[in-house]
Amino acid sequence: MEAILEVNNVSKHFGGFTALNAVNLHVQRGERLGLIGPNGSGKTTMINCISGALINDSGDIRFDGRHIHTLPAYQRTKLGIARSFQIPRPFGSMTVLENLLVPFAYVGGADGPNERREAMDILERMGLAAKAEVSSKQLSQVELRKMELARAMAAKPQLLISDEAMAGLAGAEIDEVLQILFDLNAMGITIIMIEHIMQAVMKFSQRVVCLDAGKIICEGTPESIFKNPDVQRAYLGDEA
Amino acid sequence: MKFWIICLALVLGSLGLSLSGINEYVFFAGFVILQFVVLATAWNILGGYAGYVNFGVPAFVAVGGYTAVVLFKSIQAPILVQILGGGILAGVLGLAVGLLTLKLRGIFFSIATVAVVFILETVVMNWRYVGGATGLQLTRPADLAFFDSYTRMLFFVMAVLAIGSVIIARYIQNSFLGRGLRAVRDSEEAAECSGVPTLRIKLIACVVSGALMGVAGAPMPMYLSYIEPTATFNLSYSISALAMPIIGGTSHWMGPVIGALLLGTLQQIVTVTVSNELNVLVVGLLLVFFVVAAPDGVLGLVKKWKQSSK
Amino acid sequence: MFSLELLFEAALFGVLLGCFYAAVSLGLSVAFGLLDVPYVAHPALLVMGSYATYLISSLGIDPLLSGLLLMPIFFLLGMGLYRFYYETFEKRGSDAGVRGLGFFFGIAFIIEVALILVFGVDQRTVRAGYIGSSLEIGDYRFPYRMLMAFAVALLLTLVLTIYFSKTFNGRAIKAVGQDESALRLMGANPVKIKQLAFGIATAVNALAGALLIIVGPVEPAMDRIYIGRTFCVVVLAGLGSMSGTLVAGLILGVVESVVLMTLGASWAPAVSFGLLLVMLGLRPQGLFGR
Repeated sequence: MEAILEVNNVSKHFGGFTALNAVNLHVQRGERLGLIGPNGSGKTTMINCISGALINDSGDIRFDGRHIHTLPAYQRTKLGIARSFQIPRPFGSMTVLENLLVPFAYVGGADGPNERREAMDILERMGLAAKAEVSSKQLSQVELRKMELARAMAAKPQLLISDEAMAGLAGAEIDEVLQILFDLNAMGITIIMIEHIMQAVMKFSQRVVCLDAGKIICEGTPESIFKNPDVQRAYLGDEA
Repeated sequence: MKFWIICLALVLGSLGLSLSGINEYVFFAGFVILQFVVLATAWNILGGYAGYVNFGVPAFVAVGGYTAVVLFKSIQAPILVQILGGGILAGVLGLAVGLLTLKLRGIFFSIATVAVVFILETVVMNWRYVGGATGLQLTRPADLAFFDSYTRMLFFVMAVLAIGSVIIARYIQNSFLGRGLRAVRDSEEAAECSGVPTLRIKLIACVVSGALMGVAGAPMPMYLSYIEPTATFNLSYSISALAMPIIGGTSHWMGPVIGALLLGTLQQIVTVTVSNELNVLVVGLLLVFFVVAAPDGVLGLVKKWKQSSK
Repeated sequence: MFSLELLFEAALFGVLLGCFYAAVSLGLSVAFGLLDVPYVAHPALLVMGSYATYLISSLGIDPLLSGLLLMPIFFLLGMGLYRFYYETFEKRGSDAGVRGLGFFFGIAFIIEVALILVFGVDQRTVRAGYIGSSLEIGDYRFPYRMLMAFAVALLLTLVLTIYFSKTFNGRAIKAVGQDESALRLMGANPVKIKQLAFGIATAVNALAGALLIIVGPVEPAMDRIYIGRTFCVVVLAGLGSMSGTLVAGLILGVVESVVLMTLGASWAPAVSFGLLLVMLGLRPQGLFGR
């Protein structure tokens, strides 16, 4: 398996504050990667640099062999990187279906009857088909999260970054979203999952990477990561 | 299809009107109202569809007007060339302002548009060729085609421009450009991650919006037989051009038209019967009222009323 | 071309003028710089403060004192205005951008026209002992009213800087712009804090309005050019910096004064707006911005 995403020596500073410090990360095609770390460790900055919401200060990022770190976000989406947002950002003036038509129009390059059918397929897979014509302003939290993922899927990605898609959800809802992510991965999509809900990370990830203060402090299988004293210290602080 | 028939009917209707023997005042007032239809429609393409508020409407209108003056004074350009020139240069201004500020937050774009008004006004005031601070008198050309008066001809020209601008706005709204603009307005970050080239789209809207405003401003010097900076660069244009789409409804091309017709007519009545200041006060009060109480404008109120009576 | 002496004198005057510009921009620095409210009505409220000062001082009270007396009233006005803005726009989120801007723009125009209807378009001035005479040092003359504005501006900046860094409420105001949720966790109510900040911003506007009419005659349409000056200062300073506002004001004052001397009065209005555009293009976060 070759690396679909290569993050090489990437750094990002905000004024005097270093959010990412020469981070190296390679993600294999088809992998399920979990990204964990305490608040402020740089996880969101990292995915912002990958998705293009931010441009890294140094280092390079390669996707599918191509250098992408100078490209604006929308071009990275067209190349196959999609992301969902921590706090859902629906297109409030549109229905659920219309939300999906935006990436269809701009990534697919067209807007016709085929797109509507494909959009409905995606919505069915997410369990949202019944809400297709409902205004996105009227969705519940879990439905919004699913729509975020559905919209990301409409961009036909090869790599999907799920940013705390399960934050604030209750037990059964977490499993629903988790199952969706598994299904997407089974279709061949590489998934990077950022999560604080540890059971979800354990269940889902083939490999887990832990970030703290802008550096990767360890990576490995889920079991080994959680037993790692550095990870425990990062989350719980130093035990005197 | 229905839309195109109505457009054709309106064109023919306004032609018929301008050839009829009606009181000249109708054409004076009608010109102003139709001009506002163009301005409100133009403003809405950037303000309503994309969510970027242009406070600098007079700058674009003035570019249209002063370009027309320069073209007329230098090469006796006919009105259509003046309009074309005014539109192109105003579009270029839109591109310049857009490139400078559309990467920043919305309010910086808005403030920059105010800045452009004052800077351009200062430039024009110091430019002797177009009359500087005192302004310039212009003699209308004798050629009126088949119209009885120059005002009637300008009325018809403005009617065609108004219909044309609505056609453009409707096209943008229904095309996938419109969908992209709406996505940008709802959530620019999510739009970018959905593959929408947000900066490019905003620039396009800015250029089209600016160009249309320039087109609206180009016939003004001929209409007044006169051009002068203080009135041309008056910020009161902004509050009208802003209030009309907000009052009418910003999400659909019909909104600015309704707002312009309603508010434009009201303005004519108030200015003639009471005073110009009260006119601005009325516009300001209506704007604040609608922004607070009826954000979707008249169109929104109609929609709600229709839904509740079902 | 121009004598160095004249240039120096223009620069000196520019320093005084600049401090005055800083004073009238402090309110905006708080309301827009710290709180992110699209407060384009700030200059209109400034002019309103001037007219209120005019009214009170016509009763025989010293204009600066009138300004001080107005501060509590404007404080309450500011709190009310923010509360209304919050309830109507910020709470609902979504379209707040266009609507918020439209709201404050409409308010600015309503204020301007109301002033015209009540006071007419003629200029108004106030009288005081220090208006009209100047301090003479060597060959240079410093009008007392400008020195007064200079002193008040420095004092205001100092007071605000200390307030925002030393008091609990002040620090909360600085924090609320950056991280509202953290503030909530600390037990402070962000809405109340923002209300307080807006009240302070508007109260400062009352005093700044008094300065405005002390420094020169006012007319209702002045709010338009002050949109340029105040936003130029706030953008040049960088959002959220009080001391930066003072420096930015000085820069604007000096540049405007020098342009006035070299190119004449017909080019002076464009200075603040031109500087604003240059900053937006080159360094939108300003000189000291976060």
